[in-house]
This record gives sequence, structure tokens and C-alpha cells, in this order.
Amino acid sequence: MRLWVALRMTIVLAVLTGLVYPLAIAEIGHALFPFQADGSLVRRGGAIVGSSLIGQNFSAPRYFQGRPSAAGDKGYDADASGGSNLGPTNKALATAVAARVRELRERNPGATAAPVDLVTASGSGLDPEISPAAAALQIPRVAKARGLGEDAIQALVRANTRPRFLGLFGEPGVNVLMLNLALDRLRPGGRPTGS
Amino acid sequence: MLANAVIQIGLFFLIVVAISVPLGRYMARVFSHEPTLLDPALRPIERLIYRLAGVHPETEQSWVEYAVAMLLFSAAGMLLLYALQRLQGLLPLNPQGLSAVAPDLAFNTAASFTTNTNWQAYAGESTMSYLTQMAGLAFHNFVSAAAGIAIAIAVIRGFVRRNAKTIGNFWVDLTRATLWILLPLSIVMALALVWQGVPQNFAPYVQTQTVAGATQTIAQGPVASQEAIKELGTNGGGFFNANSAHPYENPTPLTDLIEMLAIISIGAGLTHTFGRMVGDRRQGWALFGAMAILFLMGVAIATWSEQRGNPMLTRAGADQRASAAQSGGNMEGKEVRFGIVDSALWATITTDTSCGAVNSMHDSFTPLGGLIPLLNMQIGEIIFGGVGSGLYGMLVMAVLAVFIAGLMVGRTPEYLGKKIEGREMKLAMLFILVFPLVILIPAAIAIVLPAGLAGISNPGPHGFTQVLYAYTEASANNGSAFAGLNANTPFYNVTLGLVMLAGRFLMKIPVLALAGSLAAKRTVPPSAGTFPTNGAVFVILLVGVILIVAALTFFPADALGPIVEQLAMRHGRLY
Repeated sequence: MRLWVALRMTIVLAVLTGLVYPLAIAEIGHALFPFQADGSLVRRGGAIVGSSLIGQNFSAPRYFQGRPSAAGDKGYDADASGGSNLGPTNKALATAVAARVRELRERNPGATAAPVDLVTASGSGLDPEISPAAAALQIPRVAKARGLGEDAIQALVRANTRPRFLGLFGEPGVNVLMLNLALDRLRPGGRPTGS
Repeated sequence: MLANAVIQIGLFFLIVVAISVPLGRYMARVFSHEPTLLDPALRPIERLIYRLAGVHPETEQSWVEYAVAMLLFSAAGMLLLYALQRLQGLLPLNPQGLSAVAPDLAFNTAASFTTNTNWQAYAGESTMSYLTQMAGLAFHNFVSAAAGIAIAIAVIRGFVRRNAKTIGNFWVDLTRATLWILLPLSIVMALALVWQGVPQNFAPYVQTQTVAGATQTIAQGPVASQEAIKELGTNGGGFFNANSAHPYENPTPLTDLIEMLAIISIGAGLTHTFGRMVGDRRQGWALFGAMAILFLMGVAIATWSEQRGNPMLTRAGADQRASAAQSGGNMEGKEVRFGIVDSALWATITTDTSCGAVNSMHDSFTPLGGLIPLLNMQIGEIIFGGVGSGLYGMLVMAVLAVFIAGLMVGRTPEYLGKKIEGREMKLAMLFILVFPLVILIPAAIAIVLPAGLAGISNPGPHGFTQVLYAYTEASANNGSAFAGLNANTPFYNVTLGLVMLAGRFLMKIPVLALAGSLAAKRTVPPSAGTFPTNGAVFVILLVGVILIVAALTFFPADALGPIVEQLAMRHGRLY
């Protein structure tokens, strides 16, 4: 008798909270915010090139680079999110960070400091952002690789920097994918093309 | 930087106070069956549920009947989740064609979500179908939280009622907690999350060609609906492996703020529900005050330690100094949008409560920063606490505190007009002792068996902390992790699964027995010798008792893990 009530209650509440509720949120969510509900996917020339919320690998000098990623074997695997989970006294962490600092200095001659976010792996492995300090460090390299003035790049960085919420909560960040897409739209003269 | 940290944490705390008072008043109305604004919409659904399930809402239950109903319901739900995982390959809403979950992992996950732990030995995006996520996991997010609230309300009734044989009806409390509290808040929050960028779809994973020309598979799913209840119900089981560090679960500082408020508000509100239902709001404020002191201490230490950073990173050439252009600090395992302050704040909150969702990887915290989440769980997650479990855990500590005060002055202790006698103290001590027992003994076994040692991923004292953390979170039904531990093995799946069940049910049953025992007592009027439990002296005594009990129990274990690692790190020692 009591078990029978428990089983029926389980089914009733599973249907309500496990099916009706998420389906309703999907319906309303798509009606109100279709772009976000479908994952904030970004298109270029009709093809999906990623999501504005999900970071991706960039290694060419003409692009800003994101943070080191521990997601998947090659990093930024958006089907295998996660951090390095290396502990603070693990030798492997010290070795990895030292190697990243060396590489950063080779790629960006003249860079003095290595902003900590640019040499440490993010928690998700998909962090779409870098700190403004990490972006500023890369401006001379990107400008040189593209044959553009640093001012033009600087302006784009500023346009793709998200401030703190209400100026108080969280930290400012520069969206690497959106910044690089904006860079590709720049003509050598420094002005954005139509597309 | 310091100014911003103080402002963020201070504002956050003020918002919690502002939300918890009206929310607590509302919850008191819901469980006292007083009219609320939502009644016209929800009463018909409530009646329909009772009819479909065969519940007689007017029947009251003794503590034994209440406990049996809770256990049977948990067993049925656990079975449903186990079956869904094993059969998901044959069921709909599985666009990725994910196959059946292995039996030991399915048991572990079923135990984990039934007990509101939401420990995850799997990666969501590569293991669970959309149907399993929704009808299996998110369903448990609702009902395990609702069951926790129900038991807290039953315990409050134990203090309020006199000479009573019953403490309420489990099915009614469960249904009302789901319909009046969790579901409406989840709907509003889920839509806010979609607005900010959290996906809610049933599409296959998106295949893209990235700007650099590589391919990227982007996991999708009904994330927002699950994210909302995962925080509100202090469940914490992420849709994705990276949990709330994943930009799809937690894309902006605003979603981070909303999610942190969702984790803490119901637990904070229940202190006020308690104050109202026992007829003295200052009793609720006293518990709230004790919780607030412990919360602020924890978050201050964690933030300071993470911001101070790791000297080894500086030696490797990284710049950890905070400035307007970067958060600095120990950023390994943290997201740029949250930086240090919101990561340390979240880590504190998620373990003050029994949530266990993470927005940064605790395994990569500095030792002292990682000690705070560990300690928060070891003192029993009573700092605002899991929805329901935090309040009744704190009430047990309050009973212990008045008992110790009674010993000091040589009078029979009373709490809220109820004499605390032998039977109550035995039940309270059972509750307090089960907890370290199911943490320390299994952890000690795991670190001598090859099957346990095989899971450790970080060398040195940190490896021990990984194991200690795992059994602590399992017993505390938290579910956060030092996630480097490779726990998806038969050894860890089975032992952690059993510890979760013990941590939930071996503690809930003494609490319900305590409620039954208190309800049966008469109420004595306060006399000149009654120790007042609604003032500052009691708050300080309560905080002291909590810290002493936790320190006596866990200090030796913690000394071998995070404490010795902190000393090693400051001296530049690596492993």
C-alpha cells in the first residue's frame, strides 16, 4: 500500500518535473530567446564557426590566443569540458606553466610580464575570454602579423571587452573568438569591411 | 582589488539577507497551509497529484510513518534513475546515441542523485542522454531537495507541537515544497539563464569548422532547466563535466550572481521560516547570525588565499598581481569572467550548503583555499546549508549547544520550551557521530588499498586530500570534488555510493526520531534559569561548539592533507 503510493508519486512527479518543466522551458525559451536557446552559435558566410560562449584554439600569430585548455587531448574539445586538476604543489603544473611562459615570450618579443590567466588552464577548458592584460600583451604581435596599426587593433579589443556586471560583479574579459572574427573583417586600411 | 572584493562579497551578503526574509515568510505560509498568491494556479495541480498518487492529504503521520514514506519514495526514485541509465540506449531523446551506463556507475549515480549529493563519476556530455538528464537527474534535483525541506519542516513541527503523536504528512510536505517553492523559482530562473546564454534545446551536438580550420563538436542540451534546479535545490550535479565553470552553464557574471543566490537563499530563508513557525523570529535570526559569522570567516580566508596565489607560479614567470586589467591570483582551474573573488565566494557557498556545483576546480586551489570547502563540509554543511538539511543540522548543533550550556550551570537544558533529556541527546549524538565515522574510516581504508591509491592523480599530501575530500563530500551529500581523483572505478563507485546513502539516511532517521520525541513532549514556560537562545551569547556559544566539534573530529586528518601542503607550498616544495 505505502510502496504503491511511493511508486505512483515517483511517476507523477517525474513526469511533472522531468518532462513537462524542461519541455515548457524549451518552448518559452525558444519563443523569447531563440539565439541563446540554441547555443549562441556564430555564423560566417552561412557556416557555423563556433559559439560566442565557447572558446576555441588559435595558434597563428595573426590571431589573439586564448587560455591554455585541458579539455580533450588537443584542448578546447567542447564535447569534453574540464580543467587540469593539477594541484598547487604538483611538479607537472610548475613545468607546464614555465613552458607556457617561455613560449609566450618567444611569440611576443618585448612582453615583460606573463598575465597569469594566459599561462594557466581554465576550469572548463572552454573559457571564451582572456583578461584585458592578456589581450594588451598580444596587440603588438597581431598588429605586426596583419600589417596594421596598433591603434586599430586596440580599438577592436576595447569593443570586444565585456566590463564587470554593473561595474562590480565578476571580472572584465575579452572574448577571443569574437575579437578574431572582428579582426578578419578589418581591411588592411583599418576599417571593417561590409560583411 | 581589495575594495572590489569587499564590495562584491558585502553586496552579495546583503542581497541574501534581503531575499531570505520574505522567502522565509512565504515558506512558513506554504507549510502552515495559509493562503498564498500562487494558490489559484497550484491548488488544482496539488489536488490532481494527490488523486493520481492515492495520497490522503488530511492524514497525519508519526515520525516512523513519515520516515518510512521518505525511505520508500527515495527507493522508488533510485530505482527509476538506475533503470533510466541502464535503458537509455533504447529510449528517446538521445540524439548522440549514448549507450547504457555501466552497472557500478549507474548505482553510484542513482545513489548520488537520490541523496542530493550529485557527485558525478562521469562526464555528463559524453555519458547521459537528454532523457536521463531530465527525467532521471533533474527529477531527483527537485524531489531530493523537496524531501530535505519536508524533513526540516517536520523537525520544526517537533519543536512547535505539544503532546503530539504526529509531525505532518510527508507526501503533502513533499508536494508543496515542489509546487510552491522549487518549481516557480526554477521556471523564472531558467528563463533568466536562457536570456543570458544558457542553451535549452534537444538538438544533436553541433559540428563546426573553427576559424583556425579545426573541427569542434559543441555539446548541446536542455541545460537551463537543469541548471536552475541544480542550484535552487542545492544539488550541484552539472549538465556538463566542467559543471558551472562551463560557459554554457554559467556564461556571465550575472548568471554567476543569480546561481550563487539560488544556492544559498532557500537555506537562509528556512531560518526565518523556523523563527516564524516557533513564534519567535529572533530564534531564526540567532541561527542566521551563527551561519553568517561562519560564512564570512570562510569566504574571507578562501579569497585571501587564492588572491595571494601560488609562489610556484610566480617562480615559473607568471604575473599574479591584481590590477585593473587582470584579476591575478591563482587562476589555474578558474574562469576569467569570475576571477578570484567570484570563484572563492562560490567555492565557499557551494560547501556551506550541500550544493557541490563548482565554477572553478577546487583540486587546483591553494591548499588553504581548498581547506575552506573541506572544512565547510566537515562541520556538517550547516552554514545556511542544503535546502532543509542545513536547518535541521544546525538545530541538532543548537540542541548540543544548550546541552553544554546546561552542563556548565547545572540545570536541565531546554530549547524552545522543550526539555532536552537523555533520549534527545542520544539521537543528537548519533547524528553527530555517524558523520565522521562514514568519512574517516572509508578514507583510511582507501589510502591503504591499491584500488584506492590507484585513483589519486596528484602526488604528495595533495593526493591524500583528494581521497579525504571525496569521502567528506559523499558523506555530506555535497558532490563537489577534487576532480582529479579518478573515481569512476568499481572501488570508488561502490564505496562512495554506500557512504552517500549512509550520510543521508543514517542522519535523517535520527533527526526524524528527534522530531517525534520533541513533538510528544509538553512545553515548559521559560523561567529565570532558562538560557535564552535568541541572543548574542547563544550565537557565540553555538559558533564555538560547531568549531570545536569539527576541529576535534577532523583536525588530525586535515593536518596530513591541506595543512601540511600549505606549509610545503610556502617553502617552495614540489612533489
